[in-house]
Amino acid sequence: MTNPYIALLISFVLCALVAAIMMSASWILGPKRASKAKLEIFETGNPPLGSIRGIRFPVKFYLVAILFVVFDVEVVFMYPWAVVFRRLGWMGLAEMGAFVAVLGVGLAYVWRVGALEWE
Amino acid sequence: MIAFYFVALLMIASALTVILHRNPIYSALALVNTLFLIAVSFVLLDAELIAMLQVIVYAGAIVILFLFVIMLLNVEAEKHAFRLSRAGTAGLALALLLAVELGVLVVVWEPARVETPPAGFGSTELLAEHLFARSFLPFELTSVLLLVAVVGAVVMARRKA
Amino acid sequence: MELLIAFVKALVALLIILQVTVLLLWIERKGSALIQDRVGANRANIFGGLLPFNLGIVNTLMADPLKLFHKEDIVPKDADRFLHWLAPFAAVLPLFVTFAVVPFGDVLVIGDTVINLQAAELEVGLLFILGMVSLGVYGVIIGGWASNSRYAFLGGVRGSAQMISYEIGLGLALVSVVLTYGTLDLQAIARAQGELMWGVIPAWGVFYQPLALVLFFIAGMAESKRAPFDLPEAESELVAGFYTEYSGSKQSMFMMSDFIEIAIVAALVTTLFFGGWQVPYLYRDGFHLPGGLFLAVPSLLVTLLQVLAFLVKLFIFCWLQILVRWTFPRMRYDHLMMLGWKRLLPLGLANVAVSAVLVLALEGWTVA
Repeated sequence: MTNPYIALLISFVLCALVAAIMMSASWILGPKRASKAKLEIFETGNPPLGSIRGIRFPVKFYLVAILFVVFDVEVVFMYPWAVVFRRLGWMGLAEMGAFVAVLGVGLAYVWRVGALEWE
Repeated sequence: MIAFYFVALLMIASALTVILHRNPIYSALALVNTLFLIAVSFVLLDAELIAMLQVIVYAGAIVILFLFVIMLLNVEAEKHAFRLSRAGTAGLALALLLAVELGVLVVVWEPARVETPPAGFGSTELLAEHLFARSFLPFELTSVLLLVAVVGAVVMARRKA
Repeated sequence: MELLIAFVKALVALLIILQVTVLLLWIERKGSALIQDRVGANRANIFGGLLPFNLGIVNTLMADPLKLFHKEDIVPKDADRFLHWLAPFAAVLPLFVTFAVVPFGDVLVIGDTVINLQAAELEVGLLFILGMVSLGVYGVIIGGWASNSRYAFLGGVRGSAQMISYEIGLGLALVSVVLTYGTLDLQAIARAQGELMWGVIPAWGVFYQPLALVLFFIAGMAESKRAPFDLPEAESELVAGFYTEYSGSKQSMFMMSDFIEIAIVAALVTTLFFGGWQVPYLYRDGFHLPGGLFLAVPSLLVTLLQVLAFLVKLFIFCWLQILVRWTFPRMRYDHLMMLGWKRLLPLGLANVAVSAVLVLALEGWTVA
């Protein structure tokens, strides 16, 4: 194959087709007997409290997301580094060491102030 | 070339969805789609590594943060149709001007020598050597930027209201 | 011709993943029964017990998916219909595609044609898998939000926070593997593991990166949201988590994506740490046993043995994950987050640092 991405595109299309067919299987094969109770959301038998639009959740999750973005970027820098690591030698190790050390300070800070704790 | 125009059209359509859709969740998802299509166009440019990193970091990480923020702030779908404020009008005028300029450029501009990229262009090895051998200062500075982001986020999140 | 080969390979990769997930469903049911000392699924028959005996595995394999496909597709009345449809699709599609870059054999030689047994020979295959796995988070978070139900929303938020936390550990474990092999190409990594250490031990990744294997396995299991990490779908607290409001084939897409994730973790463990399709001492022309013994094997049989070896290893690691699931109780959420951020992340960084120093100090320690 000259370009592996053509193969990948074929794969994508094929998978999307199969997934779509499987997903619509219930819609085609299954019964359609909707009732008012059935269309209610499930809250273990209690009358549902209504929509969640307007519900609030802890700011903690936002912190996890931003920490994830930061450390994801760190890890992502490491892949090309790891590939050419042998050619970079000790110099490469020092470069990445400095990079990780700075972020390590960040991790230590987050750890220290207790932002990683869940009550 | 056809592939490029096809992807570009899809990209513009999905980018328009990002700004025009009333529901912010849909906007965020359209953004994922746009970023994924950008990755596809990186692949068309033979920049495989950048394409994958684009998917991992932008489509896979940053938009998740956006989604969290949208849900956290509980942004409702906009009730009102899009209306132009004074600043918006000015912005639109500038955008139109830019579009005209770009149009003129496209018509007037003659492609100079199109250099064929060297062999292995966009490969992981070449990019990594560039990054870690020649431009390692910006790379190191990135870590400081990320550190500031971490500290800033923690300080903001922990401030008692 | 090339397009046809590409199409067939893509189809084979997809069929492998579909078969593996259906088989895993059965293995899970029977395996959990074995662990819990019950009989397990044993009533599969056709046309309401027309046959005097049950059809065993074959029928159970078909009965479960068929039953799910025949259920009513319920969308709650306050749900966002489009997103409710999109979420299972978004959960399953990126995971389906990952198998396109997993090498399931070396090469198949038919006449003059040499076919690489990998659907898409990406140079950056490992990153492709990581990217697709990170896109899988959207299915969880959208599914939870679109249902407009408290349980689903809580499950979705919990699940996505857990998945992104463990992605870091997953990525770091892989960095040290990339350090060892110096490439992101999965086929090249599998090929590199055909060498021998001191002429006896196969040079499998597990011998170079044992800690990375442990970290990767834990992070991978957490990523697939299975017990002991199944908090997003903790049935005793959240009913079914983010897919509480799903039924029929849409719900089965979420279940399927869990099973595919098991299979991906197993496939990556196999490829990166246990030689992929390599059979020890088996090369393209036959067995080269230590001590100079040589046993010629026809090329087609070699290919067959290698594909078989890949599948056997794949199932061993799938089974290991199912064992873990049915052995350990669910973790507490704070412990879960602590394990991800305070254990896997520092350990992963330390592993990368130690690997890097070792690679430089003992050049020749690696296979490259």
